[in-house]
Amino acid sequence: MLKVNDLHARVENTAILHGLNLEIKPGEVHAIMGPNGSGKSTLGNVLAGRPGYEVTGGTVTYNGQNLLEIEAEDRARAGVFLAFQYPVEIPGVSNMEFLKASVDSIRSARGEETMSSMDFIKLAREKCKAVDLPQDFLKRGVNEGFSGGEKKRNELLQMMLLEPRLCILDETDSGLDIDALQVVANGVNALRSPERTIIVVTHYQRLLDYIVPDYVHVLAKGRIVKSGGRELALELEKHGYSWIDEEVA
Amino acid sequence: MSVPMQAQQAHQGLQSSTDWSWLNDWRRRAWVQFAETPWPTRKTEAWKYTPLKSMLDTEWALASDTSNATGIRFDGWDRTVITLVDGKLTDHDALPDGVTVRLMSQATPEQRASFEQRLANTLAGDQLFTTFNQAMLAEAVWIDVAPETVLEKPLHINQVLSADARDRVVPVRLMLDLGARSQMTLVETFASEADGPVFINPVTEIEVGDSAKLTHYHLLLETGDVRHLGAVQAVMQAHSQLNSFHMALGGVLKRKDIVVRHCGSGADVQLNGVYLPTGKEHIDYHTTLEHEVPHGTSHEVFRGIIGDDAKAVFNGRIHIHKDAQKTLAELSNKNLLTSSRAEINTKPELEIYADDVKCAHGATIAQLDKSSLFYFQSRGINRKEAEAMLSFGFINELLEALQDEPVKQLLRPLLAALFAKDDSLARHSK
Repeated sequence: MLKVNDLHARVENTAILHGLNLEIKPGEVHAIMGPNGSGKSTLGNVLAGRPGYEVTGGTVTYNGQNLLEIEAEDRARAGVFLAFQYPVEIPGVSNMEFLKASVDSIRSARGEETMSSMDFIKLAREKCKAVDLPQDFLKRGVNEGFSGGEKKRNELLQMMLLEPRLCILDETDSGLDIDALQVVANGVNALRSPERTIIVVTHYQRLLDYIVPDYVHVLAKGRIVKSGGRELALELEKHGYSWIDEEVA
Repeated sequence: MSVPMQAQQAHQGLQSSTDWSWLNDWRRRAWVQFAETPWPTRKTEAWKYTPLKSMLDTEWALASDTSNATGIRFDGWDRTVITLVDGKLTDHDALPDGVTVRLMSQATPEQRASFEQRLANTLAGDQLFTTFNQAMLAEAVWIDVAPETVLEKPLHINQVLSADARDRVVPVRLMLDLGARSQMTLVETFASEADGPVFINPVTEIEVGDSAKLTHYHLLLETGDVRHLGAVQAVMQAHSQLNSFHMALGGVLKRKDIVVRHCGSGADVQLNGVYLPTGKEHIDYHTTLEHEVPHGTSHEVFRGIIGDDAKAVFNGRIHIHKDAQKTLAELSNKNLLTSSRAEINTKPELEIYADDVKCAHGATIAQLDKSSLFYFQSRGINRKEAEAMLSFGFINELLEALQDEPVKQLLRPLLAALFAKDDSLARHSK
């Protein structure tokens, strides 16, 4: 489903990714861990097509397509979803309006009919409940005045509504208390399916107690330096990232 | 100076009409003042970015006969409507208790003196087109709301230019005295059904009495070949409240001078506005907050989106007088340019002569936030639609804050048309 081959990327003239390789099959959950500055968030942003993240080498193939040639909006329509680490606040555009426009465009890309407003409101309310967000958050401006945890839950709400095929969770656990973490993890687990791939980018293994990954990769200095199963995360938790640095050196 | 203003004949015609002789001196003085004021050029500070050349293309005459015109309707809003077509009162609903309306054109000889006195309250100052309004005055509507009157229904002054208004100048004066501890909503709408150049010159003058509360909408919704040069003045008495919303769409040239004076202490003013010129339109808001007494507060937010070859001007002045201690005044003006040819000239001005005040002001000219655009695109929303949604969001913040849902309902479809995906306010050409 996703094949990243020798990916090099830079952000504002600083090279961040130095030959990253990663292959993911449908239905798998991969965790990408690594110290600050290792390139975790860059990977997510490059995959989602964020402007300013310049790919200087390598390829990314998604379902047989060259992902890097596709506009951000078309990547989303093809099923790529990035849950942002820092979702932006957009006063003046209601969350409901934003979600409806988003779901409409994704559905039309899939060749499905657009939902009536009534049906959509019903669905959105239902999903709000699932992520433990009060319904009045639908009327508020997109992320406007939301707490850190509420923003993350709003990301999850979008993910549930859009039903993407490749979900990239960029440090979705940061800034969450234990209750919110469980809500988010339950939501993500509910989305696990044989057709859906999930990449969990995280600094801490805590989230992986709740979203149990099939594979764990350690990212350091812009490359994946170690891959393994669930136990690798526990090892990192125990020893920190410094032993990785030593091994790489 | 000579008067390049092509309206001298109209003024003379007005003066020779016997109905008006009781106001002739008053109008003549204003005309002399107007005529002696140097015609604004690029060197005139108040008109630096708003050329008046287009005013000289037409020999303006006063409106005489008027045909039927409807103006703005609000669906499902129970309100008291006063309709003025081409500056003449054509229709009004029954007035609620506590409200009196007097027309200058029907003033009895006994009422004339008080009319003259009341008219003199308006300060023309250096407002050229307020002076002009005085010189050309053919009608004034004077509304008085008795103290302790709470009006359930809003009062809607529905001003419309009819098809007969082509080549006409329409000066109108509206005066509202809101008695102490009274509360009401005043909605002024301006619309035009004229085909060809029209010139509307309205001056609204409001006094908000002690502890009275006024919600005011002043909506310039005329489109086409309309020139709208006018003013709004408000005098705030002690502990009064004003919540004021201005909007300007369309038209060849629109200029509004807004002056709010804190004359009684402890008054609270919220002054917001939105301007959206496209094509070759030109919209200019000049606002002044005069804090003359202590403990006044004012919050002012104006936002504009300027597309195509349009131009906008915003000048926001806060003047805190020597005695106006403990004043709190904030002013923000944000602009979005959606074309490389669009132009905004914005200037916040702060003049503070008191030492114990809190004041903040700022003006920005921006393009759409790139992170917000990416956020929308990353959710499958195409760039054009994302730009349209974000542009609309930029002003929608102010619309959503309006207290009256029917006003939002009136404005939403107008704005939706303006922001339709292919339109210039959302196009964001580089």
